[in-house]
Formats: sequence, C-alpha cells, structure tokens
Amino acid sequence: MGHDQKYVDKKYEVVGERFNRPDGIDKVTGKARYGADASAPGQLVGRVLRSPHAHAQILKINTAKAEKLPGVKSVVTFEDMPDLTGGDQGLADILENCMARGRALYDGHAVAAVAAVDEQTAAQALKLIDVKYKKLPHVTDVDEAMLESAPVIHDRIITRGVEPAPTKPSNISARTQMGYGDVDAGFAEADVIVEKTYKTEQTHQGYIEPHACLASVNPDGTAELWVTTQGHFVFRNVCASLLGLDIAKLKVTSSEIGGGFGGKTHVWGEPVALALSRKANRPVKLVMGRDEVFRGTGPTSSTSIDVKMGAKKDGTITAAVAELRYQGGAFPGNWAMLACMTAFACYDIKNNKSIGWDVVVNRPKVAAYRAPSAPMAAFAVESTIDVLAREIGMAPIDVRLKNVAREGTVAPYGPTYGPIGIEHTLKAVKDHPHMRAKLKKNQGRGVACGFWFNIGGQTCTDLNIGVDGTVNLTLGTVDVGGSRSSMAMIAAEELGIPYEQVRANIADTTSLGHNDMTEGSRGTFSSGMATIFAARDAIGVLKERAAKMWGVPVDDVVWEKGQAVATGKGHGNLPPLSLKEIAAKSGRTGGPIAGHNEVVADGAGMGFASHICDVEVDPETGRSTIVRYTVVQDAGKAINPDYVEGQFQGGATQGIGWALNEEYIYGDDGRLQNPGFLDYRIPVCSDLPFIDTKILEVPNPLHPYGIRGVGETSIVPPLAAVGNAIANATGVRMTHAPMSPPRVLAAIDERAHAG
Amino acid sequence: MSNATLVSTTVNGDPVQFACPADESLMTALRNRVGLTGVKEGCGTGDCGACSVTLDGSLVCSCLVLGVEAEGRKVTTVEGLSEDGELHVLQQKFIDHAALQCGICTPGFLVAAKSLLDRNPNPDETEIRYALAGNLCRCTGYDKIVHAVQAAAKEMRGNGKRSKKRS
Repeated sequence: MGHDQKYVDKKYEVVGERFNRPDGIDKVTGKARYGADASAPGQLVGRVLRSPHAHAQILKINTAKAEKLPGVKSVVTFEDMPDLTGGDQGLADILENCMARGRALYDGHAVAAVAAVDEQTAAQALKLIDVKYKKLPHVTDVDEAMLESAPVIHDRIITRGVEPAPTKPSNISARTQMGYGDVDAGFAEADVIVEKTYKTEQTHQGYIEPHACLASVNPDGTAELWVTTQGHFVFRNVCASLLGLDIAKLKVTSSEIGGGFGGKTHVWGEPVALALSRKANRPVKLVMGRDEVFRGTGPTSSTSIDVKMGAKKDGTITAAVAELRYQGGAFPGNWAMLACMTAFACYDIKNNKSIGWDVVVNRPKVAAYRAPSAPMAAFAVESTIDVLAREIGMAPIDVRLKNVAREGTVAPYGPTYGPIGIEHTLKAVKDHPHMRAKLKKNQGRGVACGFWFNIGGQTCTDLNIGVDGTVNLTLGTVDVGGSRSSMAMIAAEELGIPYEQVRANIADTTSLGHNDMTEGSRGTFSSGMATIFAARDAIGVLKERAAKMWGVPVDDVVWEKGQAVATGKGHGNLPPLSLKEIAAKSGRTGGPIAGHNEVVADGAGMGFASHICDVEVDPETGRSTIVRYTVVQDAGKAINPDYVEGQFQGGATQGIGWALNEEYIYGDDGRLQNPGFLDYRIPVCSDLPFIDTKILEVPNPLHPYGIRGVGETSIVPPLAAVGNAIANATGVRMTHAPMSPPRVLAAIDERAHAG
Repeated sequence: MSNATLVSTTVNGDPVQFACPADESLMTALRNRVGLTGVKEGCGTGDCGACSVTLDGSLVCSCLVLGVEAEGRKVTTVEGLSEDGELHVLQQKFIDHAALQCGICTPGFLVAAKSLLDRNPNPDETEIRYALAGNLCRCTGYDKIVHAVQAAAKEMRGNGKRSKKRS
C-alpha cells in the first residue's frame, strides 16, 4: 500500500513528550546483553595476531606449532578466507582489511587468528605462530603520502577524477571537485581575502564497547552470528559474500550496542570469527581488546586543508575555495568527497569551489565517524570566517547571517535547499543569553556552524497487535541511543493509544526484511516513517474488523483517538470500538491484526547547527577548559526531546575532545604509540560543564512528522567553535587540531617572541 | 585451565565459589565464572571504569584486581544494587533523566555513583564530576548523568520517599 510521506502539521498526544526508554531497566541492572555477553555450548575463544609493522611483505606464516598446541581447535590465515569477491574491489578491500593477504598494510593489520578452548591457550597459540616479515618503506602522513617521493602503497591505484588519467600509480586514489560560479571573478570583487592552511589529526570513535561477536557455522553452510553492530542486515550480506554463505542461511542477531558512532558500520573481526568457527566446527567468540580497537578499527581521517575566502566590506562573501586532503588509511575511501559536500554548505556563496584529494597511507582503514569528514572541513572554513570577519571589522555572527544559506540556495554539491534551519539556529544563537554573558580574564567565546546532509534508505517494519490490545513493534534498524522509545511513541501516536501499550523490539535478520544501517542520522527519520506507515496499515485492518463486528460498510468507519467510530447515516447510536475490543475479537473476525511497511525513505531533511563555546586558556600551560557550551540545532521534529538533547550533548562532547585532546600519535616507525584510553584522552566528566541545548523545529517537508536526522550534525561545529574561542581568549589563531596544551602554549610563546 | 585456584568470596551478599588461574582478573572471573556480565570490559587497563565494582566497600576497577584477591572479601556489582525487587534510586533516576544512551558504561557509573553517595550524601556538582571522572561515557557528554546523580542524592537525603517523577 502506498503512503504519502508529505509533512502534515498536527497536534501530538504522545510525540514530543519525555518517555522512559523500554530497555532502561535492563541497562541499569546489568541484564542487557551486549556483544561480549552471549555464550553458546562448546564455544571457543578467538584471538587475532596483528602486524607489528606499518608496512611489510609477509614472506611466510608458519602455524604448525600453534595447531599442535593442545586445546587449539582452529588457526586461520588468508588462505582460509579465499577471495570470492569476483572483481568487486570494494569488497576485496574489506576482505583484505579483515585479514592481510601477502602484505601487512598498517600497524595492527590482522595476519592470522586462532580459536582455542580458553583465553590462556589462545594467547599462547598466538605466540607460536611464526610470521616472517620483510619490512617495506611506509608513510603515515597525508601530505607526505601525496609527494612523488612517497612509497606507493598500492600499485593498482591510478588517481580517479584527473584528466588525462595519470600514467603512474600513486597514493592519491581520487580527486573530486564541487561548487559553482567563477571564483577568480569572485576574488576580484573582494575587499579582503584570507588564505589559511589547517591540519587535523586522526581520532577514533571511541565507543566504550570493543567489537565483539559470537559466530557459529555448521558443516551444511547454515550459520549464526551474534554481534555488536549498527546494521546486522548489512553485516549479514557482507559476511555472506566474503565467506561464500547463502544470505538466508546466515542469521545475524544484533546485540545491544555499546556505542558505534559509525565505527560499527564496518565488519572487522566478524568474517574472521566465522572462518574460525567454520574450520573448528564450533562456536567462536571473538572480542577485541582496547588496543586492537585503536590499532585495527575506526578511525577517522587525518587531514590537511587550504581555505581561501574573499569578502566585501559589507560582509558579503564573494568567493570561497577549499582544497581538502583526507587520508583513508590503507584502502581508498571517499572521505575527501564528503568533505567537499559539506565544507561551504551552510552558506550561499555565489562563487565556490572545493577540491578533494583522497589519499591512502599506512594506517587503519578509515571508518565513518559521526558526520564523517565534515568536522575537519568545518574547522577550516569556520575558523577562516572568523579571521575574515576580524579583517573587515564585523562581528563573526553577522558575517555568517549575511551569507547564510536559505530555502532556494543551491548547495555546493548540487541540490537546491528546501526549508532548512541554519538561519534559525544563527538567529537563536545571536539572541541567546549565553552571547551576552560576561567573560572573565583569559576567557574567550567562539561560535561556529555545522552541516550534515543525513540519509534515508531501506527500512522494513512490522507491527503486531496482541489479543489484549498491546502492540509489538518489530524494527530492523539497530537502536544505538534510545530509538526504541521514539519508535514506540510514534506507533502509539498513530494508533491513538498510550505509549506503555507499545513494546518496540529489534528483530534478527531472519524475522524481517532488509534494513539499512543505523547511520547517516537515518534511524528516526526512516524507521519512524516506516513505523507510521505500518501503523496506518494496521489501522486499515482495525477499521475492517470493526466494520465486520458492526456489520456496516468499512467506508463508514473512521479511526479516532484509539478507537473505531461509525460515522455513516444511521450508525450514530453505535458505541465506538476500542483497539482492545477489536483485538479481543480478532480470532473470529479474520485472525491476527498486523501492519507492515517497507520503504526506501527519500527526502532526509538536512541538519544544521550553530554552537557557542566559552573557553578559558591557562597562559602558563596552554590548557584550555570549556567553561560554557550551548548547542542550537534544528531537529525538524523532536520525537523524544530527552534523546535529541542527548545526541546534541554527546556530539558536542566528542567534538570538544577532538578539538582539545584526541589524536593518533604515530612514531617514526609507523606504529601507533597511544592505543589506549590513558594516552588517547577522551573527555571525562570533570572536563566539562553542563552542555546547554536548544532544539529548533523547522519541519522537513518530506516526512509525515517533519523529522530530520539529529545524530551527527552536533559533532561538526565544535572544533571551530573551540578554536574561535581560543583565538578570542588568547589572540592566537590555532590551525592544528587538537589544540592540545603543548600546541597552544607553543603558539602563545611564538607570538610573544614575534613581539 | 591450568593452575586454577579455588576462591571463596561473597558477591552481592551471596556466598560464591569459583576457580580461576592466578593471573585472571576479577572482572573476567565475575563475567565468565560467576556469570555477572553486568560487569563490562571497556579497556582492561583501568582507564574506562566500565568494570567498576566495590571490594569491601571500596570502589575498584575489577580489571585491575585479580580474581584470587576476592578471597574472603565482599564484592558488589551492578547486579547487587537493586533490592527487594525495586530499583535503587540511582537506577531509577538514570532512566528518568535519560542518563544513558548505549548503556555500556552505565553499570560502572551506577556503582561509582553509589560509592560516592555512600561517602558523601550531599555532593556538589564539582564533587560529582570528579568522583565520576574515572568512568568514561562516549555518548552523553555526562550532562544527564550528573543531573541524575544530583536528583538521586536529593531523593536519598529526603525521607526515603521514592518518586517516579523527575525531580
């Protein structure tokens, strides 16, 4: 049945309230089962051997001694995971990333794996695997990797997007260009031009739960996988392709997920666990240690970015150019392309051009991290706007408002914006009491904007009504941060029943059709849409049943406030039938009552935010402390405001960590030096103030409730908001993130020496 | 398992015995041998606090304690916080204030917060933030966690009346 996804303004009964989440009790009592919390009869312990070298040829892997150790049940290398990808280079890269094939491409690259009866035996077996390496020259820095003199990591890479195509391989996998207008003419019109170069270091998603799975493969090719993932249907399809299994015979169950932020949209150890289980013919539980998470999974790109912007004295930005160099780790990515999409997206700039360079280096294969690629581009662009504003003597917020994108503005990547909220967020920031609060000595305030396009995608949802009138909502979109409550609220809203009457669950892959990942801020947007349509389907059935019970034509029945009401001539004396009453009789009126929907949700509303940050910089140490922080973001419609605020606060905090502390530190040997939470320092409770939030609601015209995704945009502005605040506190413009105490101190000292 | 030692201890008020190798952490023993998987492993190096338990009333990272060190002592995990079929006030406030998103760090935060309130029933915001600084949360920015602990402390200081509503 077709449903109209157009926004309709209405008054809500349930949506917009702050309901408790259905999985809350399990999570506060320790009952909730995450990736590492499942077990199976006869299960083995899986462990992975990883490369200690940044780049090395693997001459020989001798597993004989490990295999002979009592208690070892299987040892696998790439030979146990043959290449079945049939020319699909993207899939082949995933396979090679899961298990090195002749070459270790980064420190931490998986080389072999074992399954044994217990932890001790597995650890001992890893030590007995003899790998002969021949070290190769490596490169970990994005700028160095682009030099002609750099060691070429993949002979097959010929830069895409360059005409004529290069004749020699290099580490540059692709060049992307976006934008419109004539930037040279634009700069000629400008009264002031600012040019700056920025660098951002590599960060990790830093989810507290390491990757974990429990795999079991039978000799007949049937298999099960319990796994912490943002998308078990996609994991099923990828694992089935890599292992040569039939999709319908691989049942994947998503455990509770202990954070993902994009990092659990990619398979890492899961195909290896399946291969170990297949060889041992026993279930294998594979849980990563924290050092493995840092060395082998995630992270985001490190970058190097040039920005040039020109403006007239009245604040009009006449031209903007960005050149964005992003490394994707040891395999080609499209991270710079995403940067080009987002760099100038908050503004209406007549002449703009973004050039992206995707680069490979000897680091882990980059994974999505919350609005992937956008925070670094925003750091460069939003910092430059502040410098530009200073040069022309205008308040930065007024420069932003002067050039803000509106409905009808053409985005740098092509589409024309519908109703969007960036101007609303900037005006709300300008009017916010935070902007007028007094600053103390050594304190400064910064503002920055952020954009993420958000996605929709495939969703499939079931809604089943029990004979007592309670409702099971069966979802396939993994609940990462409380979405079961939002989906149950939406179902209750549509059906006209109390929230408590609906129970939302996440189904395994055998119980529902395909659902895309929980990524791209698509969860509430697309799963919410499918829930609305499934509920409307069920209401159609409820009306038919009521009509049957009354013996009236179905066209004479309407659904109002959780009950069927007969409206036709002569039915006025029929008392309404509640959902409960109809459900109780369902066995005699046609059987179980259900609604169902599958949809490819188009029209994800774009997400925009503006943040205000107050920072205090200690001039003795260079340490920056966030003293006040405010997030203003357009949610389209906040279904459960508690969890929308949570997304705003969590994203802002990740951005603050990136701005001030977090970075991958590589030694000259190309090895990661800080693969742990002690030396890779994410923000802790005592680092932060309360994060103030303001939810704006500019409805998305292509969602029945006006929903926009809210998960990612909040990480985009903080780097620049913090950098702008530091500049205002110290007079020093930081161009290298994280703006850690040594970097800030060095910049302050340098300025002092410069006089 | 070679060279296992038999350990007799008390976990959440109940006598418990398990056998573990001498180098096995209390965290692993609690998870794999006692079945208390509410004790979470986030790092195994004492940096994240997800495995927080109390040992004779002291807050510890159970990944930094050996299983054999539990001999003759009293261990409390998140599974031991609720009593008589009712949630502990802290547990209820964490739900009411949406103080969890993914929930993996929540058991550690609850154990650490209870340890704080046992020692200091009326902590100010700074005291709460420093008491919880050993527990990493990547989802929430800590805002709602601090609010939940403040609300729980307030209610616990009152006449013991339980309120399901947000305060």
